Amino acid sequence: MSALPAVPPPSRAGLVSARLALRWLIAGEWRAHPARFLLTAVAIAVGVALGFAVHLVNGSALASFEGAVRSVNGAADLQVRAASSLGFDEALYPDVARAAGVSDASPVVVLDARADGAEFTLLGLDVIRAARVSPSLVGLNSSGPDRSRDSIFSAETLFLSRAALAATGRAVGDTLEVSANGRTVPLRIAGILDGVGEGQAIGTMDIAAAQWRFDRLGRLDRIDLALADRRAAENALTPLLPPGATLSSEDSEATRGANLSRAYRINLTMLALVALLTGGFLVFSAQSLSVARRLRAFALVRTLGLPRRGIVAAVALEGLLIGVVGGVVGLLAGWSLATLALRWFGGDLGAGYFSGAATKVVVSPLAALGFFGLGLLSALLGSVLPARAASRAAPAAALKTSGDMADPRKPVPWKPAAALLALGTLASFLPALNGVPVFGYAGMALLLAGGVAGVPWLARRLLGPLASARIRRPAALLAVRHVHGAPGEAATALCGIVASTALMIAMATMVTSFRVAVDDWLAQVLVADVYVRAEGAGGIDPEAQASLAAVPGIARVEFSRQLPLSLAPDRPPVTLLARPIDPAREGGLLVLVEGPAEVPAGTTPVWISEPAARLYDWSPGTEIALPLGENARFAVAGVWRDYARQSGAVMLDEADYARITGDATRDEAAVTLAPGADAGAVSAALLAAAPPGSTVARPAELRAFALDLFDRSFSVTYVLEAVAILVGLAGVAATMSAQTVARVREFGMLRHLGLEKRTITAMLGLEGAILGGVGGVAGVALGAVLAQVLIHVINPQSFNWTMDTRWPIGTILAVVAALVMAAALTAMVAARRATAPQAVAAVREDW
Amino acid sequence: MHSDTALAPPPIVPARTAGILAVSGLAKSVPAGRQLFSGLDLAVAPGEVVAIVGESGVGKSTLLNILAGLDEADRGEVRIEGAAIGPLDEAGRTRLRRERIGFVFQAFHILPYLTLAQNVALPLALVSADQPRIEARALAMLEAVGLGDRGASYARDLSGGELQRVAIARALVHEPALILADEPTGNLDPETAGRVLDLFAREVRSGDAAAVIVTHSRATAAIADRVLVLTAGGLRPADA
Repeated sequence: MSALPAVPPPSRAGLVSARLALRWLIAGEWRAHPARFLLTAVAIAVGVALGFAVHLVNGSALASFEGAVRSVNGAADLQVRAASSLGFDEALYPDVARAAGVSDASPVVVLDARADGAEFTLLGLDVIRAARVSPSLVGLNSSGPDRSRDSIFSAETLFLSRAALAATGRAVGDTLEVSANGRTVPLRIAGILDGVGEGQAIGTMDIAAAQWRFDRLGRLDRIDLALADRRAAENALTPLLPPGATLSSEDSEATRGANLSRAYRINLTMLALVALLTGGFLVFSAQSLSVARRLRAFALVRTLGLPRRGIVAAVALEGLLIGVVGGVVGLLAGWSLATLALRWFGGDLGAGYFSGAATKVVVSPLAALGFFGLGLLSALLGSVLPARAASRAAPAAALKTSGDMADPRKPVPWKPAAALLALGTLASFLPALNGVPVFGYAGMALLLAGGVAGVPWLARRLLGPLASARIRRPAALLAVRHVHGAPGEAATALCGIVASTALMIAMATMVTSFRVAVDDWLAQVLVADVYVRAEGAGGIDPEAQASLAAVPGIARVEFSRQLPLSLAPDRPPVTLLARPIDPAREGGLLVLVEGPAEVPAGTTPVWISEPAARLYDWSPGTEIALPLGENARFAVAGVWRDYARQSGAVMLDEADYARITGDATRDEAAVTLAPGADAGAVSAALLAAAPPGSTVARPAELRAFALDLFDRSFSVTYVLEAVAILVGLAGVAATMSAQTVARVREFGMLRHLGLEKRTITAMLGLEGAILGGVGGVAGVALGAVLAQVLIHVINPQSFNWTMDTRWPIGTILAVVAALVMAAALTAMVAARRATAPQAVAAVREDW
Repeated sequence: MHSDTALAPPPIVPARTAGILAVSGLAKSVPAGRQLFSGLDLAVAPGEVVAIVGESGVGKSTLLNILAGLDEADRGEVRIEGAAIGPLDEAGRTRLRRERIGFVFQAFHILPYLTLAQNVALPLALVSADQPRIEARALAMLEAVGLGDRGASYARDLSGGELQRVAIARALVHEPALILADEPTGNLDPETAGRVLDLFAREVRSGDAAAVIVTHSRATAAIADRVLVLTAGGLRPADA
């Protein structure tokens, strides 16, 4: 021994000096069980990828929307905007231009235009003024054959942004048939708007020509302002503005766009994070089993002198590596996913918030770092929790036993689960924070944690009667006793799938309830036989109304008007609905959820939708301010159910609307057929009598269209749910398999006692089915509670809609059956490996 | 066997004294209240191998755990190289085991996913990252126990006797003052057990360390310098 090399001196005290040993322990484990590490890293990667992709899609859509706002506004300091598409009187312009603090003012007419299948925003501008206030909107830098500056004042010319020009497929110098506000006008493309951002479809023309040729004489939609003193201008302008006009800045408009889709985006992000949560649970399951398998190894190194925290450090380092690999792969996959999603579904993933916005992926390094951090945190937490438990085991005892000391008499703790569930319930009752259901989500997270923590207790309770029953078949007896005696193992295997099943059932219940409510509502709303719509055709003027009313076979026709009405600059506009209201007639007042209420004398009664009541805190009987008409007063006569307009709607009688606004144009006609009339023939006659571009639809078609739109809005949520369930099932498969292989000595003993292989396989299959059943019951029970939070807290606080609960019984049964079968099959496949004679020698505790 | 190289942190125990292990008045009962032993005294000198025998359940393994600082005595004192381990906190006891104690177990406890060289080097790797020196010493230890060409092998490639030789190399690699062995040949056939015990005793004595073996086996006890029987009243010589 004297010839031996000397013992190397210790380098430093603490864990740093043990880094070589830690490295060996981790690398050895990875070499021995690569599949486990790969699966856990993939689970984290899937979660990070989904979360990051949804965030990128949302962020890119918003960036594109903000770009569109900037382009259309042309960098004005402040704007006076019309509250509705009726515009405001142009007589306001000189007062605004002369107001204190305003250095220059540019009047604008805004029209939704179409030409050659392309849609773009057509702005009518006073070029001289616009050049000073919003120069990017002026086609001074025209290119092409006609470079004459006179063309910008011509009533026949049009300047297009590059995106609009490309969409029409025309070239500078060509003449286009441009339709807007029910008029179609030939305009020559005189040049390109170089100052407009990429991808933004905008056209400009002379304001006088726009007013004259598109029937907007005397009306303005906007006045763009250049300011000398912002505060002075705001003070001076506020009292000048009539009810139909508001002050608005680029920021408030961008906020309005962001607010419109905020709830949808937050909900989608939360749903995407479910996959990450499930991934974290999968890491927890895998690391728990890995730690349990290595209890003796950990006991050995602790006996040899590794401090207690060294065990935690070793497993945490494993988690860190899983998190880093999963995070990096997840970010790359998320970026690819976002690129594909934007290409296939658009910036709103089919929900219809940002239609027409051409988007490209906008990567935020901070967001990437955030999602990477979340992935890392999931993997770390999933690793540290079992490691801490392992580090507390007494090394001497752990060296003597395998750590498998199931004791059916040991009480299962229930207080932590009950505390979490109670806290979650309390949090769910708290109101939204700044319009976001923060406490609702926190409540769901706490309920989820409590539910998962309560699985061992539930397993013990559910299996109690079975465990004490006289079971004759050995396979059934052993299976029941094992799961009953070691419910903690069940919780380890099931935590991920319980979480994802619960959320899937909650989402499915919410979507089913919502869909049924929408379907019922459509049946109540669509009471006419045929609907004529002229939204894209500039409306139905009185002449067209008379033509429609004269179509043979009609018993009654009711015309209505729908206009966006801006109530606050930073909120999306509400929809103003003007239609004949007869409270006595079916469909006359739609479906009231509050009211009817008496309104104060001298006020015009309006009926507000449920979202409008929640958003603006209006209640029946109270007087409200609407930017409509001069000196008109309005009061809420009732609240009606509306699932069509998330930003709220205000309805008033058509006669009141005509009296207050003088607007005789209508957008829609609801036609009731005379008895015996042929619906097809009447529809054809109505289409012929309606303005060009109108559409005719029957209630069944409208209902199918609405439900199709509904299903498309939720299609992404189905995909995200399915991924979470798949990750959860992978967790069950992995943990069932690992637990089975880890019990190979027990099976060997049972074989020696005379149990046949098929009996052991049946026992494990039954254990799997029992575990799947327990997971299913836990998932359904938890899902039912979470569904109530979604329906009665998250949904009203996010979207301002309420509904009754409808249970998707078929989905629930299918999910539970799939879970039971997956768990049983996985256990049986693992049992075949664990009991195969040739596998006994070669079996490596891996999966 | 003790290296001339000074350890960087201040030593847990003072320089080696005449007695490596000194136990006095030790008593221990199990949680149910049954007294395992009391009034237990023991002194082990450098180069001495002491075997402790006794009936099952008398507390042999518990005594070993107390000597290693893995369990607490109800009364009495344990000194290793002159320093009492009672006042040490968990970190101090962990460091004591890491630097001054070696272990040999009945079930070998060779980690299946580390090479044999890494298994032997593990006690050194817990205190130093000097991989070349650690590996050189581990390979030399394997050479000393007759497995010099098996450093890159894994546990599954070895027989029980070979695995216990690896465990002995691991117990001695960091030049501990005290080696504690719990049924070191319990899983070996008599012939292999004899060879392994000879190796164990030789290595302990050549390193001037002290060893305590607890065993049921007379053959194992036969290699010891002294054989003591553990009873409820403490230790007494086997021939007394």
